Amino acid sequence: MSVRTGALRCLAAAAVACVLFDFANVDTEVGATEIPLAERRSGYEFMGRETRMIQDEDATNPGMLWVLDGEALWNRKAGAADRACSDCHGDARANMKGIAARYPAFDAARGRPLSLEQRINACRTERQKAAALPFESRELLALTAYVALQSRGLPVDITIDERTRPFFEAGRETFYRRQGQLNLACTQCHDDHWGAKLGGSPIPQAHPTGYPLYRLEWQSLGSLERRLRNCLVGMRAEPYAYGAPEFVDLELYLMWRARGMKIETPAVRP
Amino acid sequence: MARAVVTLPAQARRGEIVEIKTLAAHAMETGFRRTQTGELIPRDIIRRFTCTYNDVEVFRVDLHPAVAANPLIAFTTVATESGTIAFQWVGDNGYSVTETASIRVE
Repeated sequence: MSVRTGALRCLAAAAVACVLFDFANVDTEVGATEIPLAERRSGYEFMGRETRMIQDEDATNPGMLWVLDGEALWNRKAGAADRACSDCHGDARANMKGIAARYPAFDAARGRPLSLEQRINACRTERQKAAALPFESRELLALTAYVALQSRGLPVDITIDERTRPFFEAGRETFYRRQGQLNLACTQCHDDHWGAKLGGSPIPQAHPTGYPLYRLEWQSLGSLERRLRNCLVGMRAEPYAYGAPEFVDLELYLMWRARGMKIETPAVRP
Repeated sequence: MARAVVTLPAQARRGEIVEIKTLAAHAMETGFRRTQTGELIPRDIIRRFTCTYNDVEVFRVDLHPAVAANPLIAFTTVATESGTIAFQWVGDNGYSVTETASIRVE
């Protein structure tokens, strides 16, 4: 086979692949390579017994240290408006129930979806007239964990409508796009090879149901974006900045992909 | 800010073995890590944890740099009488945290 016909065959194969993966025409129904709904498993099920035990009980879950901080921050007045979160939202236990299960959510003023962290910071700058909290700061993680804890046990509730569809499609496109020096796409590990081992560790299905979560490797609580940056660096791709639209779109797709699964915040992962 | 959390049963029968779980918020910086510019990050760890039951020491731990951040220490003691169980974490740079809990023994 000459080099030329070989190249032509590659092109033909690529054309077939394009037909199979015509993402523009894939509806929000499960795509060809997506994990069937009944086969989805939380990262929890890939963990060892000891790590599960840490998450199972609040008394042993170090994420609860952040949750307690978040509860204190929820009730603390801040900013020029001298208002606490609780002054508008009341008791988080009642009024924040189920909120985190719906994020990232569309924000009409900005015309795009916001992550829960961005929503908290929007509230801080617009309502409390306070400085935005830096991404991955203890305060922002604490508040996010406290709000998300109120949804623990509830199913992820993401529905895609005409406003969020373009961002959802962009997120899905990112998930399927090969990138980085290793030329890998998220889907290759998390749809095609979940359950297999990578560097001795099981590859999970990438369902972001427990964020912000306590990662033993980090020795700390961290956000989904921190985890996504880990993956991108591992693929030798340049990670997006915290709060970048690409990240929020990808989060929207990932949360939709985990729709119906139970929120575990604050989860523990190895 | 939350600095430590202790969990134990509020009441127990006399002679019952009760489990106590403690979590302390601490970075447990080993003293072996360096910054990106090569400077050593000084050690900052919890050195000792003690638990006293009505002022009698029932449990003590010495901690070293290999212990993970936010150390979880779980142990058991025998419920002898109603009273106060006190916990103290002491460490580098003047770190000192105390927590107390009460237990009712019938």
